[in-house]
Amino acid sequence: MKFNQLKKKFSGRAVLRGVSAIIMFIIIWELGARSEEMLGYRVPFLGLVPPPSAVFTSWMGLVGDPSYWSSWYMSFLRVFGGFLAAMIIGIPLGLFMSVNRTFYGIAFPSFEVLRPIPPLAWVPASIIFWPTQELSIAFVTFLGAFYTIVINVLGGAQSINRQFLQAAQSMGASQWDIFRRIIFPATLPSIVVGSAVGMGITWEVVVAAEMISGGGSDGGGAGGGLGFFIWSSYVGGSYEQIIVGMISIGIAGYFSSELLRQLGGYLTPWLKTR
Amino acid sequence: MTSDNSTSNSGNEIVANNISKTFGAGPFAKEVVKDCSFTIESNKLTVMIGPSGCGKSSIIQLLAGFEPATSGEILIGGQPITGPGKDRLVLFQESALFPWMTTWDNVMYGPRARGEDGKEAAKQAEFLLSKVGLEAFRDKFPAQLSGGMQRRAELARAMINKPDVMILDEPFRGLDHMSKELMWEYYANLFEEDRNTNFFVTTDIDEAIYLADRLLIMTNLPTSTRTVIEIDIPRPRIIDDIANSDRANEIKTEVMTLLHEEAMKSFSGGSKAAADFLEAYSKRTS
Repeated sequence: MKFNQLKKKFSGRAVLRGVSAIIMFIIIWELGARSEEMLGYRVPFLGLVPPPSAVFTSWMGLVGDPSYWSSWYMSFLRVFGGFLAAMIIGIPLGLFMSVNRTFYGIAFPSFEVLRPIPPLAWVPASIIFWPTQELSIAFVTFLGAFYTIVINVLGGAQSINRQFLQAAQSMGASQWDIFRRIIFPATLPSIVVGSAVGMGITWEVVVAAEMISGGGSDGGGAGGGLGFFIWSSYVGGSYEQIIVGMISIGIAGYFSSELLRQLGGYLTPWLKTR
Repeated sequence: MTSDNSTSNSGNEIVANNISKTFGAGPFAKEVVKDCSFTIESNKLTVMIGPSGCGKSSIIQLLAGFEPATSGEILIGGQPITGPGKDRLVLFQESALFPWMTTWDNVMYGPRARGEDGKEAAKQAEFLLSKVGLEAFRDKFPAQLSGGMQRRAELARAMINKPDVMILDEPFRGLDHMSKELMWEYYANLFEEDRNTNFFVTTDIDEAIYLADRLLIMTNLPTSTRTVIEIDIPRPRIIDDIANSDRANEIKTEVMTLLHEEAMKSFSGGSKAAADFLEAYSKRTS
């Protein structure tokens, strides 16, 4: 069963198309990047980029370097730290806003005023009011996921079919039971979607925050995270490493999203049956 | 009906006295129910039928206590209805099965919510699921069930709570005719099981005649009770027999005539919903 699914997933036309497209992309990139030495003419844009073979060589050199892996580690730590905090605060906040009209009236306007402020606009302020750079980066990451999660939870909880609530009510359910077994599970799909979107934003934010703040004072340059890795490669003129950093973030982001998807699928088994 | 000390089955008669319901206010106010009185007798299956869009669903909102009446009062067992209560259970038009719970968990929702989920409840759930032919589907989610199965699961979920009064709002609407007939049999069977007070709203004449002990025929908007007909066809009823029964056909003609009159009124009042009924009626009688 499992093997057949795998086989199905990795055979067939769609996969063939995907793989050949990636191969074509790499070939064009390689040719474009080497256009000057091969044709004596530099192709615009691609001609300025290091070729994939050089990027690969540089990457292989980094695989054995602990400071490269500590960049991964630092970024992951910040992303998951900020993201978890956003979930721990955002989900109850969204749920509470949706069930309590008074609290909604108090909290929602301020929330809506703060929400349009991009997380990156918070960078200078948070460097000032958080004691360590590490905390200020984590705070900015937190903001990236926080608003999206709250808005999704709120939207999900507010769009619950009224008949679910009436049905539960007429079967004698208490307010707490309705919250626990109707409102919460009904909101779960929105929580999952909000988290997935929030996770994406978290990666965007963490990279920018690391570039701006210099990757945290405690780790120095070595423990600065993937954003700082790219920035210091740029400053140091190692263009291959910039690309390595970019691809690394792509992979890291993909793994984070996949992890959330798996977790989300596990938490909402009824959605798979549709 | 038996004793004055009316707490159980005999004391759950519902009496609606001159109820009216208006939605909105000022120039946008719409009167949906007007000066409407009726009785839902204990331990009987009362069916309410009326032209579509006549305000039957509003009456259900009032009976369930989800909405207050604008004027008049509804008494259950002599006590006025002020809000939702577990003595009345509503089965809605569209499936309100909780999508995140399996059939089993849906059926067990009521007992668990009230902290009564002992062996007794589990046994009852098993009995009801077999009664509606869903034993094999107890671990499926609602999305994995057919429309008819969903309606049956919902019947079981409602019945397990042994409400004093079951209120059903066009529960089989949208099912194809064959499934509908199957549902009537399942439902009538369950009703016969303990003969609680049931109130069933429909627009389907055959459904009404097959199921009802008493039939309330409603007027056009704003609705009130037009006539009450006692359906004196013995139970258990067999669908094919009813189709050939003179008494049933007599009742059907009577009901159709009354509904036709109401549809005429509603049509002259500009309702498009009545047009279909009028066309069907004229084909049938010519």
